Amino acid sequence: MNAQIRIRGLCKSYGRFAALRGVDLDVAAGEVVVIIGPSGSGKSTLIRCINLLEKFQEGEIVVDGHAVGSGKSLKQVRAEVGMVFQSFNLFPHLTVLGNVMLAPRRVRGLTRLEAEARSHALLERVGLGAHAHKRPAQLSGGQQQRVAIARALAMEPRILLFDEPTSALDPEMVGEVLAVIQSLAKTGVTMIIVTHEMGFARRVADRIIFMDGGMIAEQGAPEQLFKAPREPRTRAFLDAVLGS
Amino acid sequence: MDLLDTFFNWPILREALPLLLRGLGVTVLLGAASIALGFVAGLAVALLRLYGPRPVRILSRIYVDLFRSIPLLVLLVLVYYALPFLGIRLSSFAAATTALSLIACAYTAEILRAGIEAIPKGQSEAATALGLGFADSMCYVVLPQALRVVTPPLTSICINVLKYTALASVVAMPELLKQATQAQAAAANPTPLIGAAVLYLALLLPLVRLVGSVESRHRAAAQ
Repeated sequence: MNAQIRIRGLCKSYGRFAALRGVDLDVAAGEVVVIIGPSGSGKSTLIRCINLLEKFQEGEIVVDGHAVGSGKSLKQVRAEVGMVFQSFNLFPHLTVLGNVMLAPRRVRGLTRLEAEARSHALLERVGLGAHAHKRPAQLSGGQQQRVAIARALAMEPRILLFDEPTSALDPEMVGEVLAVIQSLAKTGVTMIIVTHEMGFARRVADRIIFMDGGMIAEQGAPEQLFKAPREPRTRAFLDAVLGS
Repeated sequence: MDLLDTFFNWPILREALPLLLRGLGVTVLLGAASIALGFVAGLAVALLRLYGPRPVRILSRIYVDLFRSIPLLVLLVLVYYALPFLGIRLSSFAAATTALSLIACAYTAEILRAGIEAIPKGQSEAATALGLGFADSMCYVVLPQALRVVTPPLTSICINVLKYTALASVVAMPELLKQATQAQAAAANPTPLIGAAVLYLALLLPLVRLVGSVESRHRAAAQ
């Protein structure tokens, strides 16, 4: 199997706190990987290293044959890798349409018409076609996050990173966002999702990664990991979050 | 009756008015040039101070501190009367523009830095993750938001620069105050000075009002 994302010996620390302590991970093209684990276990840090929102001290990350470092290959990697954030991070001074159009125009060099057509199609796809000319502040949290997903898709990324996409949402809006993410899983785009939604993780994942203390403690198919975790740490975590 | 004749002498004012208006034109030109130069340079200094390599960051901070501390009149006199000893001889307009924009730049840089820092980090992260480079991320994401935040303090700087143009009269700049004092001397009557004061007010009161209304609108929006 040829890995689309290859991570080797990844170490990252903030001052004296080691956030990642030697992570090795291969992700195949089209695979859906869900990362779970307690707060502070390094889940978000790990995916933020993939597009170098966080600089790491040791190890290497190769995405589609490009080493994530600096300069040209970094730009290439960032254009190929889309990201959806916990707090949406929509641009409040632009309309919904403006948010989705910006990167295709500036980075891909699309004309206004091309970018508009693509953006409208994507907004339809996430069920927000009627809201194109509103400001983000006029939308609900769930709608904002769906705009953020459309914005990431507008760059036609081959890889999508989700950093706790539903953690900032009111409970009644979680479902609509998860439904959109789940529909993407079938399109063949590679996805790495950090989430606390265990039911969703189980439905959507090809593979679950359990992180603890800056390392991958255990990984496996959803059925195996949820039903028969090998590590006591995994079992303790699952017991705590599933309340059983 | 004496008071009216002395301070509000209509014939004298009418005679001085063309001079005063020419002076007002120079004041506006000087102010606009200094504001524009100060803004462009201030933006550059703010970006260098935030994102430059360490030595550059330190230098820009020193610049900002220095030029926020020095009195404009002192700087103006230095530029106009001291630089010629180095062989740099500036016209009074160039000298006044230089001094005013050096100081406007320092204040603008400080305000823009604060404005940029007030934009949540997630904004530039989202731009970066989308593949936007530094320049695009600044132009299309960070600065439009930062400028909105700092519009009131930036307008205050404009007001101050326009007011301080009056100091250029000491380097023989024929701006509004200079014209007024000359007309006053010629007519042996202070009415032209009153006229100048009224023109300053006409120029600046709307700007002051603008800052006030934008600020109260921001306060209302924040609640």
